[in-house]
Amino acid sequence: MAAARRAPLGLLAAGALIGAAAVLPAAYLVVVIAGDLSAALETAFSSRALETLLRTAALTAAVVVASVAIALPIGWLTVRTDLPARRLWAVLCTLPLVIPSYVGAYLLVAALGPNGMLQEALGVNRLPSIYGFTGAWLVLTLFTYPLVLIPLRATLRRIDPQLEDAARAMGRGPLEVFRTVILPQLWPVLAAGSLLVALFTISDFGAVSILRFRSFTAEIYVAYQSSFDRVAAASLGAVLVVAMLVLLLASSRIRGARRVHRLGPGTLRPTQPYRLGRWRWPALAFCSLIVTVAFVLPVGVLVYWASKGISTGSTSLHTIAALGGNSLLIAVWAAAIGAVAALIVAALAVRYPSRISGAIERLAHAGYALPGILVALGLVFFATRAVPALYQTIALLVFAMTIHYLPLAIGPIASSLVQLSPRIEEAARGMGRGPAEVFRTITIPLARGGMMAGAALVFLHAMKELTVTLILSPIGFKTLATDIWTQTTYGFYEASAIPALVLLAVAAIPVYLLSEQGAAPS
Amino acid sequence: MISVTPQQKRLLAALAVFAAVLLTGCGFSTEDSGGGSNEPDVEGITLYSGRIPAAIGPAVDSYEAQANRDVQVRYAETADLAATLVEEGDASPADVFFAQEPGAIAAVAEAGLLAKLPQNILDMVPARYRDPEGRWVGVTGRARVIAYNRNVVSESELPPSPFGLTDLKWKDRVGWSPASSSMQEYVTALRAKYGDDRTKQWLEEMVDNGAVAFPDNVTIRDAIAKGEIDVGLINHYYVAQAISEEGPDYPVAVYFPPGGLGSLLLLTSVGVLESSDRKPEAFAFVRSLLSKQSQQFFTSSSKEYPLAKGAKPDPSLSVPIAKIPVSDSSLVDLKELQGTIELMKEAGAL
Repeated sequence: MAAARRAPLGLLAAGALIGAAAVLPAAYLVVVIAGDLSAALETAFSSRALETLLRTAALTAAVVVASVAIALPIGWLTVRTDLPARRLWAVLCTLPLVIPSYVGAYLLVAALGPNGMLQEALGVNRLPSIYGFTGAWLVLTLFTYPLVLIPLRATLRRIDPQLEDAARAMGRGPLEVFRTVILPQLWPVLAAGSLLVALFTISDFGAVSILRFRSFTAEIYVAYQSSFDRVAAASLGAVLVVAMLVLLLASSRIRGARRVHRLGPGTLRPTQPYRLGRWRWPALAFCSLIVTVAFVLPVGVLVYWASKGISTGSTSLHTIAALGGNSLLIAVWAAAIGAVAALIVAALAVRYPSRISGAIERLAHAGYALPGILVALGLVFFATRAVPALYQTIALLVFAMTIHYLPLAIGPIASSLVQLSPRIEEAARGMGRGPAEVFRTITIPLARGGMMAGAALVFLHAMKELTVTLILSPIGFKTLATDIWTQTTYGFYEASAIPALVLLAVAAIPVYLLSEQGAAPS
Repeated sequence: MISVTPQQKRLLAALAVFAAVLLTGCGFSTEDSGGGSNEPDVEGITLYSGRIPAAIGPAVDSYEAQANRDVQVRYAETADLAATLVEEGDASPADVFFAQEPGAIAAVAEAGLLAKLPQNILDMVPARYRDPEGRWVGVTGRARVIAYNRNVVSESELPPSPFGLTDLKWKDRVGWSPASSSMQEYVTALRAKYGDDRTKQWLEEMVDNGAVAFPDNVTIRDAIAKGEIDVGLINHYYVAQAISEEGPDYPVAVYFPPGGLGSLLLLTSVGVLESSDRKPEAFAFVRSLLSKQSQQFFTSSSKEYPLAKGAKPDPSLSVPIAKIPVSDSSLVDLKELQGTIELMKEAGAL
C-alpha cells in the first residue's frame, strides 16, 4: 500500500466547506450552551441523563446486533446461494426502509398491540406487550436493517472470489469458508452499516415515543416541549454529538483495520452459487417472516385504512399530486447535492487519509446524530442572523436536508472506494495524469455505484422527513409527510393512509434501485 | 466504448426523470386557506399556528374575506413553533402566534416576544381567560375530563375527582399522558391549589397503581375505545370529535369530575409578536378570532368552549362553562411549568 498521499488542494477546500456546513447545528448547540454553562453541565451530567444514556446505549447495541443478524443471512442468501427468486427477495427485504419509523411504530401497535388486529384474528386475550424496550427494539430493527443489507449486498458482489475458490478447493465446508474467508472482508461494510443504524436509533423520536421507550431523544423533547428549556435541550443534544463521535471512531477503527481490495486484475467473475439443498426451506421461511412483519403487515394495515378513508373523503387526488411533487423536489435536490458532497468527504477519508480528512469526516456526521428539531433550530438561528434573505426558502430547506442526511451517502461511497485497488490510480498517476484528473476520470466513475446508492438513501430519508420541513419550509409548502402529520394529530388515521401509501410507493423506487446494487451482472 | 446494460438503461431513465424534476425548480402549491389563489390588494400577515388547518381554516378564511388580506400560515407543533420564535427573535417573519397549549405561549411571553394587546381586544374575553399582563388572550377552552368506556364502566362508579383514581379498584385500568402539555398544565394547577406535597403524592400513587403512560391524548382515547384501558385523563373535545365522526354508538363517554380540578379548563390562546411590522392588521386578526362567527365555528366543529363574552357553546357541551374551573392565569408561567416538570420527574411520572 502506498504511503498517505497528499490530497488535491481543491478537494481539501471543498471538504472543509462541507464539514463547516454540516457542523452548523452542532455549533448552534455550543452557542446556546455557552449562554448558561453551569445549567448545561448540570443537565448533561445529571444522574437522570446518565441513566437515559445507558438505556439508549443498550437499545442501540441491541438494534445493531439484531440488524446485522438479519441482514447478514439475507445478504448471503440473496447474493451467493441458489435461493429461489433471490432477486425478488432482495427487493422485498430492502423495502421496509420506505416506512417512516413513526408510521411503522403506529402500524405495528395497531397490528400486534393489545386489542390489535392480530389479537382479534387469533382470538387470544393477551399478547406479550409490544411497548417499551421490546417494541422499540423490534420496530427500529425491522425498519433499519436494510441500511446494513444494501451496502452488504453490494460488497458481497464485489468480493474477489479467488481466496474463496481456493478455500473451497481445499475442501473447506461453506460455513467455514464464510467464517474464515468472507466474514473478515465484510467487517468494513458491516461497520459502516451499523454506524448508520446506530445513529438512526439514537436520534429517532417518532417510534420510541409511540412505543413508550424513554430514550435520550425523548429527554430532549421533554426539555423543548414541556420545560421550554433550550439550554437543557442543547446540552443533551451535545451529549448526542459526543456519542456520535464515539460511534464514528469505533466504526472507522473497524473499517480502517481491514484494508481489503482486489488482488487480481479486477474483473468481476461470477462465482458458483452455493447449493442450499434442503436448507432452502428454512431460508425461505426466514425471508418470508422478515418481509411479512416488516413490510406486508404495515402496508396491509395502511391499505385497510386507506380503503376506509376513501369513503370519508380525505385529501383529493390533485392535492396528493402537488404534495408528492413537493416531496420529490426536496428529496431529489438533497440526494443530488448529498451524493456529491459525500463523494468528496469519502474520497478524502479513504483515499487521502490525514488528520484533516478525518476531522472533515467527523464533522460531516454531525447532522445525522441530532434529532430534526435541533437541526432545524440550529439553522433558524444562523439563517436569521447571517442570511435572512434565505430564511424559509426552498434553498435553505434543501441545505438542511442535505446536512441532516449526508452521512447516509458517505458509507456506501466509502465502501466502494475501499474496495477499489489503489493500483489503478497509481497507474494513472504513473502515466502522468495530475491528481485532479485522476479523481475526475478514475475515482468518480468507479465510485458511481456507491454514489447511486448514497443518493437513493438520502432521497428516501428526505421524502419521509417531518420536523425540519415544518419549521424551515416556505409557508404553504407542504409535503406528503407534513400532510400525514396533519391528519394524525387528531387521530384521523384513515385519512393519513392515502398520502402514506403514496409516500411508500414513491420511496420504493430508489429502494428498488438500491436493491439492484447487489444484483449479479447479467 | 462502454456498452450500456439493461440495468444501466434503467438507471439512466431514472436519472432522466430526476433531472426533469430538478429543472422545474419551483414548489407546487396545495390549495388550502394558507396559500390563497386570489391576489389581495394589501400585504397580508403571517400566522404561526400550533392548530392544524381543520381546526382553524374557516376562521382564517373569514378574516381573509372580510379584511381582503392574505394570511400566510405556518403549521407545526405548538412547542416547536415557540422554540422557533425564540430563536428567530426580532427577525421573526411571524405576526401572530396561535398556541394550542398554554405553556408555549407563556414561554414566548416570558421571552419578551409578545406585544401588549389593545384594551378593546382584552375586554372581549373575561379576565380569567387572558394573560394578566395583556400579552395574550384565550380563544377557546378545552376541559380536562375523565373519559371512560361506557360499555365497561358506568358513570356512577367514577370517583368525584382524579384523586380517586389511585384507588386499588382502578389498578392498571387508567391511562394518562404525562408527556402532554395539557397534563402538565393540570399538575401545575394542582400544585397551586393543593401544594407540592399532595400533588407529588398523587403522582406517585398513580404510578404505583399502574397508570399507563401514553404519548398524547388521542392515543388514550383510542385505547379506551379499543378496550385496552377503561378510563383515561384527557381533554373533552377529542371524544366529542370522535363521536361526531363515528356516530352515537362510539364507546367512549366523558365525565366532568366536580372535584380535584378534574374538569380544569385549558386555553388555546393567541398573541401578537412585538417584532411585527403589521400590528394593526394582526390585532384585527385576533379580534376576528373572537368574533361571534369564528367562535361559533370553533365550538361547532372542534366542540371546544368558546371564550369570548356572549358566545354560545355547542349544544353537545352539556356542562356550562361557568361551572368549569380555570387555573389562575398568572400560573401559566414558565417557572411554574418547569417546577412541575421537575416534580413529575421526581415522582417517576415523567
